[in-house]
Amino acid sequence: MASSPHPYIANTDEDRRRMLDAVGVASSDELFADIPLEFRIGGLDLPSALSELELTREMADLAHKNVVAANGTASFLGAGAYRHFIPSTVAHVVSRGEYATAYTPYQPEISQGTLQTMFELQSLTCELTGMDVANAGMYDGASALAEACLMTCRITGRERIAVHSGVNPDWIEVVRTYAFGPGLAVDVVGDTGATDQHACLAVQQPAFLGGLEDVWSLGEAARAAGALYVAAVDPISLGMLTPPGGYGADIAVAEGQSLGWPVNYGGPYIGLFTCKSDYVRQMPGRIVGRTMDLDGRTGYVLTLQTREQHIRRERATSNICTSQQLVGLAATVYLATVGKHGLRTIAETCYHKARYAAAQIDALAGYSVDLSKPAFKEFVVGCPKPPAEINERLLERDIIGGLDVSHLVEAGMLVCVTEMNTREDIDRFCDALAEAGR
Amino acid sequence: MTMTDEYVSLDPQSDPSPAGVGGKLTFDRSSSGRKGVVLPALDVPESPLPDERFLRDDLRLPEMAQNEIIRYFVGLSRLNYSVDTGFYPLGSCTMKYNPKVNEDVAGLPGFAAVHPQQPATTVQGALELLYELQTWLCTITGMDAAGLAPAAGAQGELSGILMIKAYHQGRGDSARRKVLVPESAHGTNPATAAMAGFDVVSVPCDADGNADSGFLAENIDETVAGMMYTLPSTLGLFDREVGRIAEMLHANGALLYGDGANQNAFLSRARFGDMGFDVVHLNLHKTFSTPHGGGGPGSGPVCVKSHLAPYLPAPVVSSEGSGFSLTRPPKSIGKTMAFHGNFGVLVRALTYMKSLGGDGLRHVSENAVINANYVQARLKSAYKLAVDRPCMHEVVLSGSLQKKRGAKTLDIAKRLIDYGFHPPTIYFPLIVDEAMMIEPTETESIEALDAFCDAMLAIDRECTETPEIVKSAPTSAPLRRLDEATAARKPVLRWQPSA
Amino acid sequence: MVSPSELKYTKDHEWVRVEGDTGTIGITDYAQDQLGDIVFVELPAAGTAIAAAEKFGEIESVKAVSELFAPVSGEVTEANDSLADSPESVNDDPYGDGWMVKVRFSDAAELDGLMSADEYEAFIEAESA
Repeated sequence: MASSPHPYIANTDEDRRRMLDAVGVASSDELFADIPLEFRIGGLDLPSALSELELTREMADLAHKNVVAANGTASFLGAGAYRHFIPSTVAHVVSRGEYATAYTPYQPEISQGTLQTMFELQSLTCELTGMDVANAGMYDGASALAEACLMTCRITGRERIAVHSGVNPDWIEVVRTYAFGPGLAVDVVGDTGATDQHACLAVQQPAFLGGLEDVWSLGEAARAAGALYVAAVDPISLGMLTPPGGYGADIAVAEGQSLGWPVNYGGPYIGLFTCKSDYVRQMPGRIVGRTMDLDGRTGYVLTLQTREQHIRRERATSNICTSQQLVGLAATVYLATVGKHGLRTIAETCYHKARYAAAQIDALAGYSVDLSKPAFKEFVVGCPKPPAEINERLLERDIIGGLDVSHLVEAGMLVCVTEMNTREDIDRFCDALAEAGR
Repeated sequence: MTMTDEYVSLDPQSDPSPAGVGGKLTFDRSSSGRKGVVLPALDVPESPLPDERFLRDDLRLPEMAQNEIIRYFVGLSRLNYSVDTGFYPLGSCTMKYNPKVNEDVAGLPGFAAVHPQQPATTVQGALELLYELQTWLCTITGMDAAGLAPAAGAQGELSGILMIKAYHQGRGDSARRKVLVPESAHGTNPATAAMAGFDVVSVPCDADGNADSGFLAENIDETVAGMMYTLPSTLGLFDREVGRIAEMLHANGALLYGDGANQNAFLSRARFGDMGFDVVHLNLHKTFSTPHGGGGPGSGPVCVKSHLAPYLPAPVVSSEGSGFSLTRPPKSIGKTMAFHGNFGVLVRALTYMKSLGGDGLRHVSENAVINANYVQARLKSAYKLAVDRPCMHEVVLSGSLQKKRGAKTLDIAKRLIDYGFHPPTIYFPLIVDEAMMIEPTETESIEALDAFCDAMLAIDRECTETPEIVKSAPTSAPLRRLDEATAARKPVLRWQPSA
Repeated sequence: MVSPSELKYTKDHEWVRVEGDTGTIGITDYAQDQLGDIVFVELPAAGTAIAAAEKFGEIESVKAVSELFAPVSGEVTEANDSLADSPESVNDDPYGDGWMVKVRFSDAAELDGLMSADEYEAFIEAESA
């Protein structure tokens, strides 16, 4: 009886026989004749195939070995990846095969779904950030920041990058990785640190440790040095906070994961990337533009492609060729769903809950929070014991504590509170902290 | 409602179909007061807001009801061609079937809800999965170590070339300023080498798309850091000289970088490591079936020989005694993303590999290659072959014969849309006139291939009999050909409220 | 395609219209036809020095980028700023509105090395054969 080797391979032995006859070879081995004999192998030392049932069991067993914030376990972890509510609309749209199993929209006549949603995301990102233009997305916020810094070097011709000390240290490291190739210097600077050697000053609002920066005077410092001003922002915070377009940023980037996408152990995410319109031709990444078809109907196409690697090769603005489209689609559906008022509500909820939690924790014996500094949804807690030790105790009570930042702030724990944390969670967290601190 | 609102609703751009082609965006569909979801009421006391200058005034986002949102995005989805809806023979992109079980597994809360900053003790399942994937990839490529951090093929390339740079610098050798890139390579290769600060030396190719060995013999010296080599070549051929190229580079202290984007062609048949490659990147969204998502997310792990392992991008997963942990290789080029790579994509790829097992992976390459050769056999009477010999996973045709009859490759591609197929990759590789690059993949049946070949042969006849029909295609797609020149000349890159 | 007889031409498909010690530079009708729809032209600002046979700008079609090479050395006295808004002039009127820069020659003798219209037409015929 004819048989196919696997459900993912359609052709049976008999089909293969017919095809090999048509090709005019006796066996498929002849088709691999170009591989030099000394390199040919007879197979790989790997486990055997699993049935779908065995496979899902095995993978579910691995999944069960992880502790996650669900089923009664609360989490106060943020530090670059955030748990926010994801409306039901998002997953249902994103899981559609028409979106998920399409390629980059090189054939616009049959890719308007992808293209129009990319144009939506560019538009939404511009509205959110108050910037002129946006691309369709980068790998994540950190690599978007790195590409932004490289872009300022192309624009200014300068070869030093200044990154403000308030920026996420992991993001600074990614900037360094990207700067290593072209031999650019990266300086981590304080509030007045940009000089006329620097292509840019990159800041983060809110800062990695949660506080709101004086982004106006930082922007003035950048301009005084003739450097471009790059801002990295939390898109949820833009539901209430002044956007980077409001404080003179030349380029603004953001980690877009918060907009309708699970934390996913760190990826895939999406970097949102915007700039002033003067710099659009130096922007990396995919860009969609509006145009018309032969019959005068509105449609969308990939545009300004001469910036990109497939045309400009070694003179391209970047080698990137993905826009994290599916994650971008989630952000688009998310923003359409929560809408104008919803995003403000979510931002304000995060703010008030974080302030509430900060005040409660500050009142605990041995703990302290600087309540005088304006913040958004994260703040540093000074702990009476090493934060790692406290976190172990919290885990015993089904609480994933904040990030241990004791290498940055003495006995510091970076706590994040979002709309996902109920008052009950916060109160339980405070009780557990009190007990663990004793 | 004001007069202005009424005028907007009569705008000729208002949607002519429920799908919304050329129609209104979410912003235009917005109606003040509608909502897509209800959020919980605040359950803590309000605190004073920060100083006013920190607060924004207006935020212009859409307001839509939930069913409007769903109809809009579902309607748009129907304007897309996808693997789930049809045959997608896009050369070098490997548009194979994307198994659904991969999606289910990646969506398990035990994976999707894991926070990247959690302590290692709470993420042992995730780390074990990553460690296992590193092991599978090393076995498949014949390399010694793997790093899963790169977010995409292009970032894998960048990581690989930066490792080569760091390796030479680590030996105190800073004179190597050049990277050799064959002219048949994907654009990412030269762009990557330039991003890494190298001078790109373009290597001429022979008619098979293989690097010109005479040029290599003359140009490989102590100023060359390495060479980027795509295997199989973009002409779909396996370079028989690859071992000798590796020897030439190594004899001069240079390294060989493998672009393994199309490892699917020789899975379980040959290994990069055995051929002398020092570093290779893989595209999990091609060979290992994770969905392309309309342009991401992908994943581009790098696999290396032991001499490059200390330079791998951070972090990698180690296994020590009782458990797994994220570690930083001693001379790491650093992080390429904020966290540990595109975990959700890595979960899908390992799920796929385990479904196939070692034997299944060998069937993948066998069927991918048979399918490509079958398409070649059926089409070579009508279309000129770039190279007339057995191909690997893809076949490159030239539309030069048809062009003489009046319809060029672009027209043939657009006409395929009318026949219900996604066009192949066109005008690449650059070294073939009027190129059409067809990659059927192993997942397609003989019936699907026959239907496609029948369409290609019918279009060939149309090029003689009714070339005007070919040149005006497509006519059955949601839109006809679009004006890309105007899009680039007068860029409209975002929604703006009507004046 | 007729190449205006009063212009001088290069093998890189640029033309020069000589007006005393200055000249106007553009690309030929043949070049614009080969490039297809021009979407962007990057030109040097007035005051920039350019050198014969060296790159002085870039011209982009939808899916290609080409370098512009100076036919002669000199200083740019004016760039055609209207191309920023209407790059299609290069397609529609390559010898008129589609001009790119005006230069003051630094070595007028360089002009002697350029081709006449007849020579240029013979050159493109040979090149496309």
